[in-house]
Amino acid sequence: MSAVDPTAFEPPAPLEDAGAAADRRSARREKLRLFVRNPSAIIGGAILIFWIICAIFGDVIAPYSPFATDFDGHVPPGGTNILGTDQLGRDVLSRVIIGSRDVLIAAPICAIIGVGLGTLLGMLMGYYRGWLDDTLGRVIEAFLALPVPLVALLALAALGSSTTTVVLTVGIFFTPIVARTVRAAVLAERENDYVQAAKLRGENGLYIMFREILPNITGPIVVEFTVRIGYAVFTIAFLSFLGVGIQPPTPDWGLMVSEEYALIIGGYWWVTVFPALAIASLVIAVNLVADAMQEVNER
Amino acid sequence: MSATEARTAALKVEDLEVAYDVRGVLRPVLRGVSFEIRPGEAYGLVGESGCGKSTTAYAAVRYLPGNGHITAGRALIGGDDVTAMGAEDLRALRASRISMVYQDPGQSLNPTIKVGKQVAEAFAVLGASKEEARERAIEALRRVRIADAERVMERYPYQLSGGMQQRAVIAMALACDPQLLILDEPTTGLDATVEAEVLDLVANLRDETGAAILLIAHNLGVVRRTCDRVGIMYAGRIVEEGIAGEVFDDPQHPYTVGLLRCLPRRGAAKSERRLDTIPGSLPLIGTPLPACVFEDRCALASAECRTALPTASHPRPDRTVFCHHVDRVAELVAAPVTAAAGEVAPGEVVLQLEDVSKTFRQGGHEVRALVGVDLELRAGETLGLVGESGSGKTTLAKAILGIHAADQGGVIRLDGETLAGLTTQRSADARRAIQIIFQNPDSALNRSKTVRSILSRALSKLAGLSGQAADDRLEKIREEVVLSPRHLDLKPRQLSGGLKQRVAIGNAFAGDPRIVVCDEPTSALDVSVQAAILNLLADLQRDEQASYIVISHDLGVVRYLSDRIAVLYLGRLMEVGDAATVFAGPHHPYTEALLSAVPSVDGDPPARIRLEGEVPSAIDVPSGCVFHTRCPRAIQGTCEASEPPLVEVEAGHMMRCHIPIDELRRLQATDAG
Repeated sequence: MSAVDPTAFEPPAPLEDAGAAADRRSARREKLRLFVRNPSAIIGGAILIFWIICAIFGDVIAPYSPFATDFDGHVPPGGTNILGTDQLGRDVLSRVIIGSRDVLIAAPICAIIGVGLGTLLGMLMGYYRGWLDDTLGRVIEAFLALPVPLVALLALAALGSSTTTVVLTVGIFFTPIVARTVRAAVLAERENDYVQAAKLRGENGLYIMFREILPNITGPIVVEFTVRIGYAVFTIAFLSFLGVGIQPPTPDWGLMVSEEYALIIGGYWWVTVFPALAIASLVIAVNLVADAMQEVNER
Repeated sequence: MSATEARTAALKVEDLEVAYDVRGVLRPVLRGVSFEIRPGEAYGLVGESGCGKSTTAYAAVRYLPGNGHITAGRALIGGDDVTAMGAEDLRALRASRISMVYQDPGQSLNPTIKVGKQVAEAFAVLGASKEEARERAIEALRRVRIADAERVMERYPYQLSGGMQQRAVIAMALACDPQLLILDEPTTGLDATVEAEVLDLVANLRDETGAAILLIAHNLGVVRRTCDRVGIMYAGRIVEEGIAGEVFDDPQHPYTVGLLRCLPRRGAAKSERRLDTIPGSLPLIGTPLPACVFEDRCALASAECRTALPTASHPRPDRTVFCHHVDRVAELVAAPVTAAAGEVAPGEVVLQLEDVSKTFRQGGHEVRALVGVDLELRAGETLGLVGESGSGKTTLAKAILGIHAADQGGVIRLDGETLAGLTTQRSADARRAIQIIFQNPDSALNRSKTVRSILSRALSKLAGLSGQAADDRLEKIREEVVLSPRHLDLKPRQLSGGLKQRVAIGNAFAGDPRIVVCDEPTSALDVSVQAAILNLLADLQRDEQASYIVISHDLGVVRYLSDRIAVLYLGRLMEVGDAATVFAGPHHPYTEALLSAVPSVDGDPPARIRLEGEVPSAIDVPSGCVFHTRCPRAIQGTCEASEPPLVEVEAGHMMRCHIPIDELRRLQATDAG
């Protein structure tokens, strides 16, 4: 090139971002790769998949019917009943396997309710701030100060105990906690100029909250959702244990623990310990997955 | 080189190569950097983002992030090879012989610890007792020209202004009496007047301490004012090196020439000329590059540039240039500038402001951020707003946009119709008519949306278009802001800074606005990208007859885009006039000081006006002329007693000053001579 006229070069649509685009797309794949390789995700995911398989194919996997009282009471683990039998002669292994079903359906629904309502409240508080935020903020603080078991007991006693009411109660209990997380995320996000730009082109609050801001705070919401599933498993089991949750004869882990925990001292530990381990493993698994998600998210 | 020679250099970098490990792949960032800073010398490293100037400084003190590796070369500090040092020696070196000052002083100071304690800590680390450390801290603060050091010691960082914070950081950096002081963009983000103070301080301290300075900056003016020698970096190489003033006045590398031609300098205005741009764009980190890293953007490039590494040549004394075609660089320098389409006569008055004020309530105090502003803006005209931070520029722009409502009593009229205070109360037409281009496109564009959905939404809300009409208009806007079709389906983070700003500009222009507020439209961009964006803004204005309100701390940018200038101080208009008149003078003393504070790449005038102190608080405004507390030309007894009115001192030139214009003209002519 010999003609020298630097002014002739107005950049015609620069092309340098092609590499950047590929970079970014692979960055998303990279996130997935990091997640899949994360030890927490591997262990948690494996346990979680195990329980999901139990819940779906329980009838095929379980050696016996969870309701059949075909055996002697309190047969110790080993032999035909791998995990022993309970007082009524039901197979503990079968009951633990089938018992994953209710909790795996109920826990995510609790989380959906809690995260759904919490996101809505959190968005409103964070976006509008002012008196709305102050009022709801005080209500939430008051709510969080209440002892959960007592209020849950009261609510379930008043509403009557059923899987539906348990799920609703737990979901509503999660709402304020989620609302606070979402509010914090919205407060940070609304400082961006694109929110100002949206106002300047005449968008209403709902549009700005749900179409502009929400897509940018899905990270913390997804993490919150996973964490809440873990808590829900625990809370549902706890309520069943107290006798206000899922009702007998449904094979539910919390219920199984509550039915015979007094007999541990009598040496019949297996009826209580195996469902308790099941609860623990599921809670830990969900939390491991949540941790892994958060870790990848924050990178 | 002999051993004694190496010992004399405060910092000597030899063929330094650094690569960052990105997902297992080593991506080269420095491709063989060599330079030397003699004791007591100030050396500037200049270049656009990603050129490796910061990496060079960090590598020289082995302070690279975890994935950064020195793959070849050496860095010697006072003759000791840093790259071969053990952890203990390195710590000793960092503690006693080198210091760094970073860009944002607010980040360098711990917000929970009093300034005095933090400065004293720097001495305590060196082994001083508690009392001794305190005394030396006071002394250190005095040394950085903090007058009441004892009082500042008792403050928390947030209670100090940016300039004071940076002084405190510099005081800490000087604690160990370093041989080498590394300043990484030390004045970026500070006001011009504060920047000038900090740069003066650095110059004075250098004379006092004899420390060598490595200054990293993207602002060529800052480097010219501060440094003896300068290295121009591009894509991990130093392409030109020499005496700062000489390099900027007489560049010898095609990149340096290009960079300097991108800048709006010497009063360049959009009506006279277009700005040059450098073709192509900055290479991404890790992209394979030809032997001469600038080859694919260079107008002189030939086949050998691709294959053969350019060797050092010395076209001038004290100058090193790495280019195969040094002998032809003069052609680039001599290339004519592109003339612009000429002056466009401004049309009817579009926007009228009468007595617009804005008062904020803050802890029971009234803060008058804007006081009685009267302004007019005509169709196709650009008004530049100039002033330090806290002068009310942004407050004014926000009142015009309706982001916040101006106080009762003031009137803002659009085409003669009075506008409601808030954008939500305004008609769709009024909203459409006044739009903004934000400073930072990362914040202004929703990162979860594609360019297409961002622009489409703006079209439907602002222009009321949908379907085929919207698609057609989208296509037109895309062409106007020079984006290629495939950019439409990308998300903002997949675009470079310049492209993002183009999207933001397209967004603002979607509804055929009458007035566009440009809030620091190019300050987040590199110099070569800035030129293209400024050209684009000028083109759009001519085509669309839009009026601009430009806010920028870069006076070159303001000068280039503006037809008229309004200078604000503490919320009051101090001077309003045609851009050429305001820049040529006679100036209001405040304008004079501002112009004189900004470091110019063309060198500074022999005598500079230095503003003392900080902008007074808007809660407790000085009596009389609000500027009298800092005004170098204040008249005793007059200026503190009464506030001068804003009067027309000559045709089209308003000023708020007690000194008659002829007197100002005489004073300023004397000082310049």
